[in-house]
Amino acid sequence: MSNILEISGIEKKYPGVVANRDVSLIVREGTIHAIIGENGAGKSTLMKTLYGLIRPDAGTIKVFGDEVTLKSPQDAIALGIGMVHQHFKLADNATVLENVILGSEPSRFGFIIKYDEAREKLLEIAKTYQLDIDPDERLSNLGVGERQRVEIAKVLYRGAKILILDEPTAVLVPQEVSELFANLRELVKKGLTVLFISHKLDEVLSISDEITVMRQGTTVASLTPAGTTKKMLAELMVGGELPKPIAGHQVVSEKSFLSLKGASYTRHDGREILHNLDLEVHGGEIVGLAGVEGNGQSELIELVMGLLQANVGSVEVLGLDASNTLTRDIRNAGVAYIPQDRQRDGVLMFAPLWENRILGHQFASPMAKGIWVDKHAAIEDSNRVVEEFDVRTPGVNVLVSALSGGNQQKFIVGRELSGDPKLIIAAQPTRGVDVGAQAIIWDHLMRARSRGAAILLISADLEELFSLSDRLAVIYSGSIVSILDPAKTTPEDLGLAMTGANN
Amino acid sequence: MKRNRLFWGAVAPIAAILTSLFLMYIILSLRGADPFALFKLMVSYGFDPRNLVSETNLTVSYYLAGVAAAIGFKMLLFNIGIDGQYRMGAFFGAVVGAAVNLPPILHVLLIIIVAMVAAGAWASIAGYLKVRRGVSEVISNIMLNFIAAAIIAFLLSPKLLGSLPEGSQNVQTKPIPASGQMPTIKIFDGEVYSVFFLAIFVGIAYWIMLNKTVFGFNLRATGLSFRAARSSGVNAPGMIFITTCISGAIAGLVGIGTLLSDTHSYSMAFPSGFAFTGLSLAILGRNHPVGIFFAAFLWSFLERAGQVLEFEGIPPEIVIVMQGTIVLSIVIAYEVVARINLRQQQKAVGKVSSEVLSEAESK
Repeated sequence: MSNILEISGIEKKYPGVVANRDVSLIVREGTIHAIIGENGAGKSTLMKTLYGLIRPDAGTIKVFGDEVTLKSPQDAIALGIGMVHQHFKLADNATVLENVILGSEPSRFGFIIKYDEAREKLLEIAKTYQLDIDPDERLSNLGVGERQRVEIAKVLYRGAKILILDEPTAVLVPQEVSELFANLRELVKKGLTVLFISHKLDEVLSISDEITVMRQGTTVASLTPAGTTKKMLAELMVGGELPKPIAGHQVVSEKSFLSLKGASYTRHDGREILHNLDLEVHGGEIVGLAGVEGNGQSELIELVMGLLQANVGSVEVLGLDASNTLTRDIRNAGVAYIPQDRQRDGVLMFAPLWENRILGHQFASPMAKGIWVDKHAAIEDSNRVVEEFDVRTPGVNVLVSALSGGNQQKFIVGRELSGDPKLIIAAQPTRGVDVGAQAIIWDHLMRARSRGAAILLISADLEELFSLSDRLAVIYSGSIVSILDPAKTTPEDLGLAMTGANN
Repeated sequence: MKRNRLFWGAVAPIAAILTSLFLMYIILSLRGADPFALFKLMVSYGFDPRNLVSETNLTVSYYLAGVAAAIGFKMLLFNIGIDGQYRMGAFFGAVVGAAVNLPPILHVLLIIIVAMVAAGAWASIAGYLKVRRGVSEVISNIMLNFIAAAIIAFLLSPKLLGSLPEGSQNVQTKPIPASGQMPTIKIFDGEVYSVFFLAIFVGIAYWIMLNKTVFGFNLRATGLSFRAARSSGVNAPGMIFITTCISGAIAGLVGIGTLLSDTHSYSMAFPSGFAFTGLSLAILGRNHPVGIFFAAFLWSFLERAGQVLEFEGIPPEIVIVMQGTIVLSIVIAYEVVARINLRQQQKAVGKVSSEVLSEAESK
């Protein structure tokens, strides 16, 4: 196998920051090559360089053995390099075919689009690489996994030989991840090369042929998955030993802090989202809520937070009837809420950190004094959160939008755990954050448990569910279908339960 | 960092004004006029003490319209209904003021409160439609402006609430007695309306409410992110409704100066166009009370000073071109400044991250 891509000595400096330095990478044809690293390790900069979005200050790039200069994505595409972005760039109101050909339509006289020819070519690609797509389906009808396949088809349509996938699994549920991996293996079998960016170590070990680790803007190691452990990768990524979650002593209280009995919720359009749901979380325990996304998790969280009201049954939160209590009173009673969509529900992106420290705590001391907001207390406590949770920021006057996703999440978790809450609703608390941040967040959740807090952990990350949970509750189509003991359950059993196989 | 922000805050408006002056220069040159001579004339006319007085009174009305718009903007509401709201306020203030007899200060207070309540109530219709029915406040407010004008025209009929003074063609409300009038301050042969002080108070109260109180925090939070505010425990739809009403109530003060210090009755001759002006000023002043004040003064100065152009055979409407250019350039300039600021912050964040990492490595 020949080297399809050779990169050496790439350097990219921004004023005050070195984004890439001395980056070297060799990718062999027909392999899946993973690039891993923490947020801010320089993976994205490198990929943008390869795709012609950024011009490096120094270094050489060789494609198929020839040295090239990439001035724009057009140059990259011409050389057969295609990029599948993490955030899809697709038009919702157009069909799959229209999205695929957009920008490179085959045409007669330059303005009459030859749809038949395009459709044929797309179907040919779909058949060759076994991509399950329907050219005439409207994008708005497609799920995330299908949209990703359209993005891949789009790149293949343009004749890509090297596919760059930027954190492709971040948006997918486990089933979709295995479909994606099957697709990727098919692509490689047909001679294409895949560059796969990720920080999910499990996935990297299972899918890739070769792994390159980046840290602080440079490539620090290249290895093969055989004989490599997750621990080794993680330590290469952070450049040292990982902090381990302290199990601590555990006292489960008799009292249940959260209790749903026969709770049902029907949406405006008449669809029953939650049906006769029973769930209890006691003080001092972490209950992991496992389930394929879209089985009622979001609605369950909103019921608990008083954002939605149950039609039938009871939702008791710290002794309050959540269906008849304002969200602010539920929060004031000592409920912390880490929302799954942090940028939409968890922060004010265009407000400084210290104002975001107040958010959710604005109705009680110490953030508020009567009708007044206490700016001084907010700034002081924001500094504490930044310190304790290792939020990388030059100060608390910085806008949240200037921080990376992982640092935003650390700040949110730090804020929500302030004031020793009694019940913590943690939805996807470590989604999209790197291993270092994950360790910090897990550690704080375990500490909150030792302190006697009740935690409901909603996660799509099976590893997280198994490492943290004392009990696993499986939600399937709006009901809790089984309660499992993580010590006596295998991931396969859990996966089966999540798909409703037991019913 | 703070000084840096002040600097960037001032750069944008100055750049916008220079841009519009440059455009004016081109337009005037094309007409064969001497632009600098005309600019000089405008400045000396605009700063003439007597004109300054009328500019001050106009500034106050514009300022209040600007603050009303700014409160809306903080909630991402485009309150284009300021015109209708101010009319409702002035009209009902005038009607109630003429109908009662109270001791001087109480009488004025009552009129002001009636004006605010009437205007706020009128705005609440748009608020209700937005929160409960999902109707864009822009659409409903534009229609409410017409409806307000029509209702007032109907009620102004001499058979209902209006009267037609002898020798006048203008129907108007019955005159407000002396106890319900506001004094004026006589300077430079002119009279400055004392509503000036009320405007200062409104500006300060607006700033404190927005930046220091929990209510203001909730208002801004809802404007920045409806969903995040809701998750944090704010009654976000309620906040939208209340903000609409407050914005309307402030709009109700726009006509108070003219009504209580000058005409003492409401007529259809009351000026219109406060909605667009208010929105422009809020944008120009970045929703900050001091910024809006300077913007309001600039606006009334330009309008007054522009009148002198007529004597030189230049249509004074050219001032509108100038105002339009200022607003357009300011929107662009602020966006550029905002991006520069974000990039600077991101750079600072990047620096910290790499420092932390290299520290960790050296250990």
